[in-house]
Amino acid sequence: MTCVVYGDYECPFCAALEARLQTLALRVCFRHFPVRSSHPRAQPAACAAEAAHEQGAFWAMHDALFADQGRLEDPHLWARAERLGLDVARFDAVRRGDQASERVRRDFRAGVRAGVVTTPTIFVGDTAISGRATIEAVSRIEPGSGPARTH
Amino acid sequence: MPVVAAGQPAPQFSLQRPDGGTFTHADLLGKTTVLVFYPFAFSPVCTDQLSVYNELLEDFAERAATLYGVSCDAHYSQTAFKDALNIEIEQLSDFEPKGAVCEAFGVLHPGGFPQRALVLVGPDAVVKWSYEAPSPSELPGANLIFDALSAD
Repeated sequence: MTCVVYGDYECPFCAALEARLQTLALRVCFRHFPVRSSHPRAQPAACAAEAAHEQGAFWAMHDALFADQGRLEDPHLWARAERLGLDVARFDAVRRGDQASERVRRDFRAGVRAGVVTTPTIFVGDTAISGRATIEAVSRIEPGSGPARTH
Repeated sequence: MPVVAAGQPAPQFSLQRPDGGTFTHADLLGKTTVLVFYPFAFSPVCTDQLSVYNELLEDFAERAATLYGVSCDAHYSQTAFKDALNIEIEQLSDFEPKGAVCEAFGVLHPGGFPQRALVLVGPDAVVKWSYEAPSPSELPGANLIFDALSAD
């Protein structure tokens, strides 16, 4: 059983859910669901994760973003890239490019099609759970053949 | 009274626009309109709903549909709400006489506020689709609107 998570790097409940997920041996698939009006840095942060992915460091960036939601401005993103040993100039060009934003938009649209209206929303099989309730809900999922992470 | 059903003509109504003008039945003609009835400005659930719909304005525009938020809040409160959310969806006020339009569309909650409901009206001012959430705390996904727009 894979737990599909629609989340946003500026959303505090998503960070709380992420912290819980890291204690569990689950198969997790993360999808971006940035809502710019509520969380203005969610979109740049999601593009940063995608730019890190281009250098093989999606999950390292994902974890670094959730670990410090108070620092999501551009210089903070560059500092994370540097700390992770990425080529910062390339990272910056890619995160501002169309490919990263299209990838994020693709996740967002997939979420909308699945009925997502808030973050975090998780899908466990056909069941959708949203908001605070996700944090308890993930503890009840059978680990199955996990852990593994995809996005 | 349940929410106005598909196939019924939209009722005569008058809502207040943020500039003090009115939005009436005549404004429905020749366009595809989605009226998004929500309980209260600044309530947390409405905030999520309108923020997500706002992300999709381009997609709605591609389908020639215009969204409006409708509540019984005064237009000053609605404008403050819209500005706080940083959204573009125009807000229409059903403040005076309070709830009259919500009642005409069958979405007035006994508590004096709109049910969380969506009403899609075609260019002929006939309701094409409507939806009322099982409870005001449940958010209708934008997928429901897109499905209804694609149902032609």
